[in-house]
Amino acid sequence: MKNPAHVAATVYVPRDSAARSVGADEVVEALQRAATRGDFALDVVRNGSRGMLWLEPMVEVVTPRGRVGYGPVTAEDVDALLAAGMLDGADHPLRLGLVDELPWLARQTRVTFARVGVIDPLSTQDYVEHGGLAGLRAALDMTPADVVAEVTESGLRGRGGAGFPAGIKWKTVLDCADELKFVCCNADEGDSGTFADRMVMEGDPFLLIEGMTIAAHAVGASEGYLYIRSEYPDAIATMRGAIEVAREHGWLGRSILGSALDFDLHVRVGAGAYICGEETSMLESLEGKRGTVRAKPPIPAIEGLFGRPTVVNNVLTLTTVPVVLANGAKAYQDLGVGRSRGTQVFQLGGNIARGGIVETAFGITLRELIEDYGGGTRSGRPLRTAQVGGPLGAYLPTSMFDLPMDYEAFAEAGAMLGHGGIVVFDDSVDMAAQARFAMEFCAEESCGKCTPCRVGSVRGVEVIDKIVAGTHRDENLALLEDLCDLMTDGSLCAMGGLTPMPVRSALTHFPDDFLGGRRLLDIQAVQPIQPVQAIQPVQAIQPVRASGARTEGTA
Amino acid sequence: MTTSGSDMSVESLVRRVVADHRDQRGALLPVLHAVQAELGHVPQEAIPVLADELNLSRADIHGVVTFYHDFRREPAGRTTVRICRAEACQALGADRLVSYVRESGLTLGETSPDGSVTVEQVFCLGNCALGPAVEADGRLYGRVDPIRMVSILSGTPNGAANEAQNEAFNGRVSS
Repeated sequence: MKNPAHVAATVYVPRDSAARSVGADEVVEALQRAATRGDFALDVVRNGSRGMLWLEPMVEVVTPRGRVGYGPVTAEDVDALLAAGMLDGADHPLRLGLVDELPWLARQTRVTFARVGVIDPLSTQDYVEHGGLAGLRAALDMTPADVVAEVTESGLRGRGGAGFPAGIKWKTVLDCADELKFVCCNADEGDSGTFADRMVMEGDPFLLIEGMTIAAHAVGASEGYLYIRSEYPDAIATMRGAIEVAREHGWLGRSILGSALDFDLHVRVGAGAYICGEETSMLESLEGKRGTVRAKPPIPAIEGLFGRPTVVNNVLTLTTVPVVLANGAKAYQDLGVGRSRGTQVFQLGGNIARGGIVETAFGITLRELIEDYGGGTRSGRPLRTAQVGGPLGAYLPTSMFDLPMDYEAFAEAGAMLGHGGIVVFDDSVDMAAQARFAMEFCAEESCGKCTPCRVGSVRGVEVIDKIVAGTHRDENLALLEDLCDLMTDGSLCAMGGLTPMPVRSALTHFPDDFLGGRRLLDIQAVQPIQPVQAIQPVQAIQPVRASGARTEGTA
Repeated sequence: MTTSGSDMSVESLVRRVVADHRDQRGALLPVLHAVQAELGHVPQEAIPVLADELNLSRADIHGVVTFYHDFRREPAGRTTVRICRAEACQALGADRLVSYVRESGLTLGETSPDGSVTVEQVFCLGNCALGPAVEADGRLYGRVDPIRMVSILSGTPNGAANEAQNEAFNGRVSS
């Protein structure tokens, strides 16, 4: 039989930055040292992550039966693993089994993430062997109008948060007569709890290139911009590398795949402004300006980048397009519930035992995601709340965890699905502090263009401080309500418009936290008189300390 | 004119960087990133040169430089450490790291007096399932506890061997 000492074993160790953040590079180094020392051949492939992030670094060994996983592996484990026969898929306490059969993964419906973690991200051969380019080839055989119709029919909705039907946006751009049009991909994934854009860019970059190219064909665009936040250096490097390779292979540039389509793509790097995830701010930033929000109308589809018709889509929208074209609108539409068709890429983060990527059809409940997939809290303490949809999403109490994950059900419950990020908190969380943070974050990151957001958020912090301190509590609660109304109705964009969502949900579902008993805020405000209600100790809880003065650390 | 030497070098550098980006649309952000990559910050002297080169007002350039958190007006310390303080990392005690940093005598957003380290806050590094997350000189760390924080702040998170691996990895990315 095969002897690992003589046959080059193939080992996969992720290059995903989450895996690297917990020592994947050190594991590779230890493997290579062992190979040199033991004089055996080892072929290490740096794949993306399978999305089982609590198991990272997860090492996969190619065996005749399939890829066998081990994890989480540290550099110190490597010698023992090799001695146990890891390269033959042998048993060891860290052995997870055949990765494709792990229930956590096998239960999912990986559509957008089908290749992520499976292939070498920069290998064109891997990409094509695993179904890459099928969508683009299908699209190039169709007229632009037919491509748009197919995307519309699939029910694909924008994954950036707003959930606007992608096909309708594309049709608007297609119908514009301009010579010069743009396709822009919004990869400014600034929401806490979301990391799917990053993982797909690091794990399957050609997929995004393919999706943007299909969009270009569909709407008649010749230039594309991929706006990636500067906080993602690995994604930037991978996308830049992939674009170079794609140009060399004729997947970008003139006459793509021998067709009449000319399209080129450029990476632009953000500069640390959360607001640039808002599409019009991103366009301003791409134009080299301050990332302030534009008033709509005109909509970017008609007057977008440099005043030209522009498709602006999120990474996950564009990376789903190739699948829709390859398999047809019907296959995609058959997944999901109600008006939320297809799959959603949920991201489990925060205080969760098994965090990572769960791609599944819409309609799964929050409880299934957090408890079945996530395994509850990492700390082992009881669950208290989950914030869904990023910093502008609602905090939901455990009593609402049976809510099905779809755009409409969430909207009805006063929450939003957003980008599919779920951040879990245990019972040590101070919800008044979280509400205050929502306002503080808005104050820090507001672009400053409209008053409700710029000033309202600062006032919001002050009012919450007063409520928690017990200063004219009822009056200040009424004032906070009023302020939230004003921000919701009067802000130019979702930043100011949705900041009240986490604040109100915290107030609605966790009113006791605002009584001051739990308060551990670093409030500098003068506390006039010790309020009577404030004495309400919460035993045995070690709360996470709240954030400090707002202005500190403004970079 | 004691500063003319450094002004001249900033000026020529900025003009060269702008020339390198001449064919790009709306090139100001890429230009500013490139200037900062070379100089470690965007010095005041660069602003009139940029305005001249790009046919914009000084106010426009100043407005852009000051809008974005990434662009520095002053050089950073030898090591730059950024602690994620967004919700997912808060849920795992990111503020313990912040408290630790403060107890060490450092202030968020400032450089230590000896110029060794600049500590900043950041909102989300995209490592939300493996928090608390910290980034140091472009390298991401997950599951950071106060003990790990000590080594990150001192600039020796994994020892020298790790750097060689980093370079090997980066070589693969760009090839």
